[in-house]
Amino acid sequence: MSRIQSVFQRLQASGRRALIPFITAGDPDPELTVPLMHALVESGANIIELGVPFSDPMADGPTIQRASGRALAKGMSLRKVLDLVRTFRAEDGDTPVVLMGYANPIEAMGPDRFVAAASDAGVDGVLVVDYPPAECEAFAAVAKAAGIDPIFLLAPTSTEQRFDDVAKIGSGYIYYVSLKGVTGSGALDFNDVAARLPQIRARVGMPVGVGFGIRDAESARRIGEVADAVVIGSRIIEELENSPREQAVANVKAFLRNIRTALDQIEGAPR
Amino acid sequence: MQMADKPYKFPDSSGHFGPYGGVFVAETLIPALDELNAAYDACRNNPAFMAEFEYELKHYVGRPSPIYHARRWSDLLGGAQIYLKREDLNHTGAHKVNNCIGQALVARYMGKPRIIAETGAGQHGVASATVAARYGMECVVYMGSEDIRRQAANVYRMKLLGATVVPVESGSKTLKDALNEAMRDWVTNIHNTFYIIGTVAGPHPYPMMVRDFQAVIGNECLVQMPEMTGRQPDYVIACVGGGSNAMGIFHPYIDVPGVRLVGVEAAGEGMDTGRHAASLTAGTPGVLHGNRTYLLQDEDGQIIETHSISAGLDYPGVGPEHAWLKDSARAEYVGVTDQEALKAFHDLCHLEGIIPALESSHALAYAAKLAPNLPKDKILLVNLSGRGDKDMHTVAEKSGIQF
Repeated sequence: MSRIQSVFQRLQASGRRALIPFITAGDPDPELTVPLMHALVESGANIIELGVPFSDPMADGPTIQRASGRALAKGMSLRKVLDLVRTFRAEDGDTPVVLMGYANPIEAMGPDRFVAAASDAGVDGVLVVDYPPAECEAFAAVAKAAGIDPIFLLAPTSTEQRFDDVAKIGSGYIYYVSLKGVTGSGALDFNDVAARLPQIRARVGMPVGVGFGIRDAESARRIGEVADAVVIGSRIIEELENSPREQAVANVKAFLRNIRTALDQIEGAPR
Repeated sequence: MQMADKPYKFPDSSGHFGPYGGVFVAETLIPALDELNAAYDACRNNPAFMAEFEYELKHYVGRPSPIYHARRWSDLLGGAQIYLKREDLNHTGAHKVNNCIGQALVARYMGKPRIIAETGAGQHGVASATVAARYGMECVVYMGSEDIRRQAANVYRMKLLGATVVPVESGSKTLKDALNEAMRDWVTNIHNTFYIIGTVAGPHPYPMMVRDFQAVIGNECLVQMPEMTGRQPDYVIACVGGGSNAMGIFHPYIDVPGVRLVGVEAAGEGMDTGRHAASLTAGTPGVLHGNRTYLLQDEDGQIIETHSISAGLDYPGVGPEHAWLKDSARAEYVGVTDQEALKAFHDLCHLEGIIPALESSHALAYAAKLAPNLPKDKILLVNLSGRGDKDMHTVAEKSGIQF
């Protein structure tokens, strides 16, 4: 069983939700990334999504675009992201790390070389935004064989055929994009999420995390009532942007603890 | 040169040209692309749709565009004869409008009242704004702020036509960033919005659909060249940024034996300076903007900022079908510098009384290099893809002239 699967199994046994924060590797500074990852775990994160910066982040809103730009300006690259994961892994053998990014840096390294290097660094899952199932069957198979869960997105626009496509080659969990738009957008449709999640969970046989648009304890709690996991990205990056450097980590911790508390107030399994 | 032993039939049903093309987008866009694919399929197989497309091309655009024998220029160069396919004479002044009419008709068929577009030089933005006005649709054009500065006249034209022009401040503030921003708009407003991509790039079915709408250029040449010269040309030459005018004139010639297809990329300040936009000549395969193709990128897979005097060629990728034509050796791709393009620009003005777009001037410059080395009975057909009025400011600046 993968590290990701065992996290979900453990949480489900105790009726809790997974909290999955997203940060961009190297933002605001590569030296801050590993301490920030440990701080996320101390504040109640169960899985960390680590963004791999890309020059043309088409699916991201302004906040994550800025984070990507800052990280690239500090010389971040896919190779250096893997080094950061290795450093984190030396001290934390339990918390799964999922890399999230775009296809081209992986294509440039070579998909097979990337999978071998990621596995060696201690990466547990990979979510490539612009690798839909039809274009990455071989890549997903290679990743799985190396013990890395290929994680896929589903969206409000996805048909049941798409559920089956991602169920066939994905593993670990499903990332449900809660709105039509880019990361960090405003309007989150709770009713849509509540209606769609039971269908998806029944069809794909995997835990479902929800992200894009969750900004505070209240929206996290409402999503947590129906989802197995809550993903928060842009809001954490804004916290980093708006905090003086020496307080950034502490402020992120306080923000995340608040979310954790809200999630832990939910009783029973997702509806 | 590869001689096809069976008719050329690309892309395959999943949108691939060999290893290139495909659908590399986030999940949110997949159902929209499936819907577009089905709609386009229905339209192109519907005689009434195709008849309306042809009617619009004839009466609104002014097609067929003529072919002109640039006799004085050819004589001066002293070799092969140069013929120009006059896409600059189309309504709105470039080939871009062919595709915009086709896509606007598909948008209308799909019931989408709002269109969005990205633009570099502004030609595609103007063409999109034009057809939006013509069909009563709302139009939003994304344009890099650097390009807005370079193409002020086209920005004003779009506004006159009722479009909203949104400046894009991210990345290099040019065409690729405008494309990113248009994609973000599309993903957010997918229920009522049709994205008119201006070139033969993006996720399937765009490269195929744009090519099909632009193939009217080459299809006319197939008829016009024998009428004028008694035969097909020896070379077909076109500039390549994203590659839509080139694909439009190349595609009908792919199965015609003995016709060499030459795509001319922007070599900017010179290939060895690194300041250029020649993705096929100097790039490597990768994934950007929804398709696999040749890209200008660093060793970490980050996209590099490009340079060309012409905003329309200033793009780090290229349509996937060009990548395939390069690898299969059916077409060849070369580079022309800013300086060479400028010289061809001025030569055409002085010798033929035609002011060409800086994009098209790259194709002209290559023809001018090639012609003197060929016998006088050889024929070069150059796609004069647009007129140069929009480039007055850039050319004047280079000549040290202020208006």
